[in-house]
Amino acid sequence: MELKKINENTWEIPKQGSMRVPARIYISSKLLESVKRDMTLQQAKNVACLKGIQRASYVMPDAHQGYGFPIGGVAAFNLDEGIISPGGVGYDINCGVRVIKTDFFAEEIKSKVKSLLEEIFKEVPAGVGKGRAAHLSYSVLEEVCAKGAEWAVENGYGTKDDLEKTEEYGRMRDADPGCITHRAKERGLPQIGTLGAGNHFLELQKVSEVYDERTAKAFGIKKKGQILVMIHCGSRGLGHQVASDYIRMMEDKFGIENLPDRELINAPIRSELGQKYYKAMCAAVNFAFANRQMIAHYVREVFKKVMGTNEGMEQVYDVCHNVAKFETHEINGQKRKVCVHRKGATRSFGPGREEIPEVYRSVGQPVIIPGSMGTASYILAGTDKAEELSFGSTAHGAGRIMSRHEALRRFRGEQIKRDLESQGIELKSTSWKGVAEEASQAYKNVDEVVRISHEVGLGKLVVKVVPLGVMKG
Amino acid sequence: MEKYRFLQHTADAKFQAFGDTLEEAFINAALAVCSLMWDIDKIEIRVTQDVIVKAKDMKQLLVNCLEEILYLFDAKGFLLASVKDLNIEQAEGNYRLSACFQGDYFLEKYKVYGGIKAITYNEMKIEKNNHFLVQVVVDV
Repeated sequence: MELKKINENTWEIPKQGSMRVPARIYISSKLLESVKRDMTLQQAKNVACLKGIQRASYVMPDAHQGYGFPIGGVAAFNLDEGIISPGGVGYDINCGVRVIKTDFFAEEIKSKVKSLLEEIFKEVPAGVGKGRAAHLSYSVLEEVCAKGAEWAVENGYGTKDDLEKTEEYGRMRDADPGCITHRAKERGLPQIGTLGAGNHFLELQKVSEVYDERTAKAFGIKKKGQILVMIHCGSRGLGHQVASDYIRMMEDKFGIENLPDRELINAPIRSELGQKYYKAMCAAVNFAFANRQMIAHYVREVFKKVMGTNEGMEQVYDVCHNVAKFETHEINGQKRKVCVHRKGATRSFGPGREEIPEVYRSVGQPVIIPGSMGTASYILAGTDKAEELSFGSTAHGAGRIMSRHEALRRFRGEQIKRDLESQGIELKSTSWKGVAEEASQAYKNVDEVVRISHEVGLGKLVVKVVPLGVMKG
Repeated sequence: MEKYRFLQHTADAKFQAFGDTLEEAFINAALAVCSLMWDIDKIEIRVTQDVIVKAKDMKQLLVNCLEEILYLFDAKGFLLASVKDLNIEQAEGNYRLSACFQGDYFLEKYKVYGGIKAITYNEMKIEKNNHFLVQVVVDV
């Protein structure tokens, strides 16, 4: 495959064959080698062939092979002939990350990490098939899907300030729970307020580096040693089912004959089915926002119980990294509304954008990039340059390099726990197998991923955090 | 004959399932999916679920059939341990599968160690050579 080096961390697959635009890859030579080993680049090319795609099919530094679209893929489509695709969003709709800052510092909390984790473990159900004891009714579930984190706050889970500091203010207003199948609701009903499994986690972290003091301060982060809480989860079975349902409906309606990959199935944005998928997706996005809002509330309650107070536990931000949204971007010198798909990519809007909360409008939005289990995570700030380079997007995490199967063969969960403990990191999980699958060696180096993001200008480094306690589903 | 085998895949789980008949390959694919989440041999057979799925083509039928395992688990807490009477019919571009899923509800005594988000079409194969082979990638 022809791959042109544009500069140190930028590569391009020139337009060829049925590609409507080139594919642009933001990655170092080192990480490019792992990307070349799977289908990532071919998938980026396939995306470039879709109707109405604008500028380029973009690939973020943490990319790996996905379904149809690569994970770490960003693509925007015009509203006239463009498409919307469930494969461009992913199965875990609004999988995302929330960070809450505390006014505690490492020294005060060190001896309490274990009990904090144990209490959080009791309050936040994690793992597979673990639901909450009290089930919601279907009518309440519909309200959750319509109102997202707003529903949660109205019902006592958190504050209005949390909503202010959530992407989309915690609610996508185009959501229509009527567009979600009953099957999806059945899967979601027992799972609200639960963490789930797989790569989802909750961490107690301490700030280990501050790269940009002014921006960090705007984000509520004062100095090294400060304790943060990071929550990574999504829309659970409800979102997975929405994706599966609409893939099926689009296949039945539009056929699969002309697709290079069946998982690229899509619908014209203007079509009835395209609109229905968008409204169902928004409802699943809201379910995930409500989910993280509830989990954040439980965590604050635990802090109050164990530490005596949860004063100062304000939200830094909540980002979604699997989503499609209508946004205005500059295309050929003109401001145009496009449908931006971010699959395993985080929005990274710079200063001034009206979509970001007023408190962050002078510095750019916080971009939360979780690492893998036991490694560092980062908070970046969105940039103006990202709008030019990637429709305002950057990476979403470390990105896998090794299959779960291989990880299971190589690592033992018990050993990983001991290794983490020797580094002063507490780990609590529902499954040793799950721990082994998520071994940090199975992931790209997150330090390298954020370095590329910073150097290219997709998102600027603000703070680095390291875990003290990890709770895994 | 081996029932199923897992293969290398960057992010997720990829497997091939085998059978002398297409039905047997589908059953073994179902067991492969379950093996990612729980130990089939440890689940008692106390509950049955009759399953009927329809599709426009064979791959969609496979996706719909395997997705039923995820749905029954999430929505009803049902753990599949064995599949009986799996039947595939095909008439004028319409495909229909019926089966009896056997297993138990998720009780305290059972351990579920992994989750699956979705069954995908990625690298999916349904082939007949000396025997039937189906290949599936699941999003975990």
